[in-house]
Amino acid sequence: MSVDKQQLLQFLLRQGDNTLVLGHRVSEWCGHSPILEEDIALANTALDLIGQTQMWLGYAAEVQGEGKSADDLAFLRDAWDFRNVLLVEMPNGDFGQTLLRQFLFDAFQSVLMGRLMKSSDEQVAAIAAKASKEITYHVERSADTVVGLGDGTEESHNRMQAALEYLWPYVGEMFESDETDAAMAAAGIAPDPASLREEYEALIGKVFAEATLSVPESRYNHKGGRTGYMHTEHLGHLLTSMQWLQRAYPGCEW
Amino acid sequence: MYAQMIKTASAGVKSREEMTDQEREFQDKIDNDIKIEPRDWMPDDYRRTLIRQIGQHAHSEVVGQLPEGNWITRAPTLERKAILLAKVQDEAGHGLYLYSAAETLGESRDELVKLLHEGRMKYSSIFNYPTLNWADIGAVGWLVDGAAIVNQVALQRTSYGPYSRAMIRICKEESFHARQGYHAIMKMAFGTPEQKRQAQSAVDRLWFPAIMMFGPTDADSTNSDQSMAWKIKVKSNDELRQQFVDQTVPQIEYLGLDLPDPNIKWNEERGHYDFSDPDWSEFFNVIKGNGPCNVDRMKDRVAAWDDGQWVRDGLLAHAQKKAAAKVAAE
Repeated sequence: MSVDKQQLLQFLLRQGDNTLVLGHRVSEWCGHSPILEEDIALANTALDLIGQTQMWLGYAAEVQGEGKSADDLAFLRDAWDFRNVLLVEMPNGDFGQTLLRQFLFDAFQSVLMGRLMKSSDEQVAAIAAKASKEITYHVERSADTVVGLGDGTEESHNRMQAALEYLWPYVGEMFESDETDAAMAAAGIAPDPASLREEYEALIGKVFAEATLSVPESRYNHKGGRTGYMHTEHLGHLLTSMQWLQRAYPGCEW
Repeated sequence: MYAQMIKTASAGVKSREEMTDQEREFQDKIDNDIKIEPRDWMPDDYRRTLIRQIGQHAHSEVVGQLPEGNWITRAPTLERKAILLAKVQDEAGHGLYLYSAAETLGESRDELVKLLHEGRMKYSSIFNYPTLNWADIGAVGWLVDGAAIVNQVALQRTSYGPYSRAMIRICKEESFHARQGYHAIMKMAFGTPEQKRQAQSAVDRLWFPAIMMFGPTDADSTNSDQSMAWKIKVKSNDELRQQFVDQTVPQIEYLGLDLPDPNIKWNEERGHYDFSDPDWSEFFNVIKGNGPCNVDRMKDRVAAWDDGQWVRDGLLAHAQKKAAAKVAAE
């Protein structure tokens, strides 16, 4: 079944912008983490996410068919054209908040990639297959850290609980569905995100139980990132540094 | 060269007659290029000097993340961002091997980090200079890693086995970084006039700090004789500096940039380039803590450590709980 190109483009931008923005956030830690092993792990995670971005946005640029590159999409769009979920643009906070955000996202990716590997779109399936190897160890590591800190000292537990409460209202957006998702599902390219929630809840529920963290009861969630309708104030600042060179010296080769 | 001005712990080089049997046997191994391994007997001064040198080298790798990290969030393309992330990840990895090498001498990583944070150990002077434009990132890879390679290739032959093996592994990665750095600055030097201006500015600012990395001139380099006799140090500061200048000047010329020192000239007779001495008073000032970034670099590192205390405590407490539960179950 053929799919509307604009819808496919939206879908690809959602994938690529998620990994781009989160990769950028994680890279902000460079040289400032609690221990050398974490500096290495954070740089490695950021590197994987940027690598995934190159694939997703590269394909997006191809589908768009305007002769643009992945770099053009990353560095020359303004905030309202970004399609990442709000969760990934949230500030790093302390190390616990960063790793909790990572876990909430990794868990989602691990559920999603399993489905995308079976996508009817060969390129989507190929990107998902490559990314899923990385996501498997990302989620293992972020889950272990959430458990270690949640079930560590009283202070680490309290900080993790506070981080979970802060980030929880941003989880629901990952499962929102709209006409783009309906088109992807109908074409067999990607599942309807809403259909992933049960598996996701089971995964995170197990980890949070082991971490002795209580999942907030509220199901209220913020949204507006994946449609571009209303990002947080944080995204503009992130783009300001990320895009600065390309904006200040347009048209250069780097 | 990430270790400079290492004070050799020694009362002076002993003659064979002055050595004990044990010391003579040790020196014979070194003279015959047999590596010293962690369990071998070694003079206390050899051990202490190596701990200082390897520790300083490790600290340099770790602090060195900061000037490069300064541009990760502003890297101009996805590929450049990925390359820089991979490089900084490698540097942190080098720090890890080197701390492990120091541990084989009986000094823990935590203790070395504590000494650094208390200002009782140093890291390479080069990381106390700022990275101000994107070309600086190319120049750091090309000049700073390039200078480090010149030193570290020599140190592959160092007498202490774990340090020598760490150098062999590290050199492979550093060579890759230097090539990538040169490629990045080539793009700038051959780019628009504004890009070329950034490349020139990077070379002008980083040239002297880079050649300072080899440490003071041999005439002012105290305590070197014992380190040379022990093959902790394999070539003199001036020899290494000359080697670096000789390999780098043609690279600057290829980029079409102005040489950063008007006295750089090929000397037919010596078969080497002549060049100006750096301002050694600046070097000693940076070593003393008065470089442009010393205070901020240490502030960042200490804050990272202090802010991370709860994380380390939390993970340790969890590991202990798990270990206790495992014992209880057995």
